[in-house]
Amino acid sequence: MAHDPGFWMLQALNALQLSMLLFLLSIGLTVIFGLMHFVNLAHGSLYALGAYFGASAAAVGGFWLGFFVAPVAVAGVGVLLYSGLIRRMRKSGPMAQVLVTFGLIFALLDLTRLFWGDLALAIQVPQILAGRTALLGIEYPTYRLFIIGLGLSIFAALAFVLSRTQIGAMIRAGVDNDAMAACLGINVERLFFIVFCVGCALAGLAGVVAAPLLSVTPDMGLQILIPTLIVIVIGGLGSLKGAVAGSLIFGFVQTFGAVLAPQLASVLIYALLAAVLVIKPVGLFPAKG
Amino acid sequence: MLELNAISSGYGETQVLYGLSLVAQPGRVLAILGRNGAGKSTTLKTIMGLLPLKSGDIVFDGNPIATRAFDVARSGIAYVPETRDIFPSLSVRENLEIVAKRFGGPRPDWTMDRVLELFPRLGERLDNGGTQLSGGEQQMLAIARALLMNPRLLILDEPTEGLAPIIVKLIHDKLQELKRDGLSMIIVEQNFGFATALADDVAVVGKGQVVWTGSAAEIRADEDAQHTWLGV
Repeated sequence: MAHDPGFWMLQALNALQLSMLLFLLSIGLTVIFGLMHFVNLAHGSLYALGAYFGASAAAVGGFWLGFFVAPVAVAGVGVLLYSGLIRRMRKSGPMAQVLVTFGLIFALLDLTRLFWGDLALAIQVPQILAGRTALLGIEYPTYRLFIIGLGLSIFAALAFVLSRTQIGAMIRAGVDNDAMAACLGINVERLFFIVFCVGCALAGLAGVVAAPLLSVTPDMGLQILIPTLIVIVIGGLGSLKGAVAGSLIFGFVQTFGAVLAPQLASVLIYALLAAVLVIKPVGLFPAKG
Repeated sequence: MLELNAISSGYGETQVLYGLSLVAQPGRVLAILGRNGAGKSTTLKTIMGLLPLKSGDIVFDGNPIATRAFDVARSGIAYVPETRDIFPSLSVRENLEIVAKRFGGPRPDWTMDRVLELFPRLGERLDNGGTQLSGGEQQMLAIARALLMNPRLLILDEPTEGLAPIIVKLIHDKLQELKRDGLSMIIVEQNFGFATALADDVAVVGKGQVVWTGSAAEIRADEDAQHTWLGV
């Protein structure tokens, strides 16, 4: 097994697929934190909501309907969350934000139970993405390749928007120094609202694309929260580079840890997190340098 | 142009300004002088909406000033903070463009070409990162960025702090040029000679209130006031 290059290729693709899923989740959370210093622990619950919205829509109109409905519906939840709660809590400090959004996790958990029940839901992979594709000498599930491709495309799109467009420059300026950005006439609050909604949509998208691989359960948001937080702490707050680096590190350490040292797999990532916090407490690529 | 009527403000529970009043006239340069901790920078931050106004009012061109910083900026007031606050993740060009593209209008007074003419050094540094600039270059960029807002009033907080004498002279000459152009300015400055050479009017702040007002020529001649309020 260890001498089979196909085996390592398979593990590398598994790692990449996990990384891309985590990237979709962590990018929204990290930029929201970097831009407005807002700690939204309920971000994982939006991922669960994405899976549920996606599963419900897919049950009616198939996978692709779910795929497009989930991010839009979760962005809609984001609008409600923002106007009802987050805008009022912007200046209330991290402790209050952590407590309220932590409470929100359980409120949303119970709401999903109320609407969808406790039984796990499933989404059927569409015909075109079912089966396996031959790639560099191995057969790999096409749907997982689709997730890798989707993650990379969204990374490329975000990298383009952030580095080449006016709104991207405004977001980077806001992350660097929101007070100065406001003094230059940038409506940082509106920028935050836009980023928050895009972050929610990406969390919803992550939920719906993860749904065919996992079963859709009310606590899936809780399970993904800790890995997402680890990704943004390792990567550094507020930056696209940090989110992608943190996701790749998590994905590869987790996947190869499980293969090479199964007894240590569950502690490996936490040991790495501790090491990063000791050596570079601000993370590897924080937006504020 | 800008009137501060008995304003009180500060940081959280700590009050710094106690009923401070002053007036900046259009087309003139007002220097706000005072010792460290007197409340000069707090006054500027309150004008910009960065600190909440606890009492009193601020009137800009006959209207109450906005309370949020981006509205204040859009109403025509540009601010160059003491820390310059260049965005480190943006290149010099991007630092300028995020302002130029939004405040340009159909026929702006200040364009990219004009600010680069004013500070040719920035033209050579356009693709450098915001953090790769010297202190003097950062100050030039902060002023250039503020000018691209095409402001009616330019507010500068300690523009010479930490700069080499040759750069202080350059900044002085450039601000004189802006003054000749008729741009209204408020400048907070520790460098007495720099401030009074540039300013038309002077307000001295002590313990959160204005304790002396007059012309720049008057304060240069008033050694008592200089000694009492500025420790010169």
